[in-house]
Amino acid sequence: MVIKVLGSGCASCKKLESNVKEAVKELGIDAVVEKVEDFKEIAAYGVMKTPAIVVDEQVKAMGRVPSVEDIKKYL
Amino acid sequence: MHILTQMFGWLNDQLLKMTWLFELVRLLVEKVFGLSMEDRVGGSVHFFIYDTVKIFILLSVLIFAISYIQSYFPPERTKKILGGMKGIKGNILGALLGTVTPFCSCSSIPLFIGFTSAGLPLGVTFSFLISSPLVDLASFLILMSFFGIRIALAYVVVGLVLAVEGGTLIDKLNMEKYVQGYVREIKSTDVEVEEMSRRERISFAKEQVKEITQRVWMYILIGVGIGAAIHNWIPQPVIETVIGGNNPFAVILAAAVGIPMYADIFGTIPIAEALFGRGVGIGTVLSFMMAVTALSLPSMIMLGKVVKPKLLAIFTAIVSIGIIVIGYVFNAFSYLFI
Repeated sequence: MVIKVLGSGCASCKKLESNVKEAVKELGIDAVVEKVEDFKEIAAYGVMKTPAIVVDEQVKAMGRVPSVEDIKKYL
Repeated sequence: MHILTQMFGWLNDQLLKMTWLFELVRLLVEKVFGLSMEDRVGGSVHFFIYDTVKIFILLSVLIFAISYIQSYFPPERTKKILGGMKGIKGNILGALLGTVTPFCSCSSIPLFIGFTSAGLPLGVTFSFLISSPLVDLASFLILMSFFGIRIALAYVVVGLVLAVEGGTLIDKLNMEKYVQGYVREIKSTDVEVEEMSRRERISFAKEQVKEITQRVWMYILIGVGIGAAIHNWIPQPVIETVIGGNNPFAVILAAAVGIPMYADIFGTIPIAEALFGRGVGIGTVLSFMMAVTALSLPSMIMLGKVVKPKLLAIFTAIVSIGIIVIGYVFNAFSYLFI
C-alpha cells in the first residue's frame, strides 16, 4: 500500500504525516508513506487545499488533518 | 418593536462589544494595579489587556463557527459551482464564494491551478482571490464589534465591489497569456471525497481554531501593542499631521504601509481601533485594514509562482488603487457612517 501526504511543508502537513505514520504503526500494516511537495503533482490529484491524504492513488481527505482513528479507516 | 431594538442593543453590547469585559478589566486596572484610567500608563494597560482578551475570545468563537460553515464549501465545490460561469455573473459569484471558502495565502497556488485548469476565466479566479482574504463572516462580525454595524456593512459591500470590479478589469485586459506556462499543462481533475460527518466537521473546526491561533497570536500581540501606543502615547498633533485630516495623502500613506504587511483582520483591528479613536478618518482606517488583509508580500511571492510578473503587477496595482479610492470616498462621506 502506498500512502501519500500532499502538502508543501506547512505545520498541518507535518501533523498529517505524523498521524499517518502513527496509524500505520498501530495497524501494523505494510505501507510506504511518501510526501508530495510539488504543486504540479498536488494539483494533478485535483486537490486545491492542503494537506491531503492519498491512499493507493485515491484522495481520501483534503484541506484538513484527519485524526489517527479516521486515517485507520482509510487504510 | 422598541423592546426588540433594546434587546438587540443589549446583546450587541454584551456579546460583541463585550462591555462586561471592559468593566472587568477597568476594575483590575484601578483596584488591583492601583492605576487611573485617565492616566497614560493605566489607559494603555487597560487597552492592552482588554483588547487582547477580547480578540482572543472573538477569534476562538468566530473561527470555530465559521470553520464549521466553511466545511460545507471546500474549494473543490466552489470550483464546480463556478465552472462554466462567464461574465459579470461569474465575477459576482466568485467574489461571494470567496467569502465562505476557507483561505490562507499558503493555499493560493493549488487553488489558482485548480481554478485555471478547470477552464475558469481568469477574471473570475481573481475576483475570488481578492474577496477571499478581504471579506468573510469573521471580518464582518469583528468590524461590527469594534465599529458598529454600519461600518461593518459598508466594508463588506465595498470589499465585494472591489473584488467584482478587479476581476472584471483583469478579464477585459486579456491577461490569459500571462499565466505561467506549466499551469495550463496540468489536466483538470475532479475528486470525489466522502462527505464529512458532523463529528468530523466539529473536529475540523477545533483544529482550525488551534492552527489559526498558533499562526496569528504573535501578530495579535504586536497589533495590540501598536494600538496601545497609538491610543495613549503618540501626541495628537503628530497623528493629525501624519495620518489625520491635515495630511491630504493620509489614505495613500495608510495603504502603502499596509500593503506589504502580512496579518489578518484579528491583528489589524486593534491598530485600526486606536487610529479611529484618535480621530483618524474612517476611510483612512478602512484603507489600512484592507491593504493589510488583501495584499501582502508573502501572498505576492506565492502568486508570482503561477502568474508572470506583468499580471502580478497589474493585479497589485488594481487592488491598491481600488483600496485608495475606497479610502478617499469613505473619508468624504464619513458623516453617513459615524
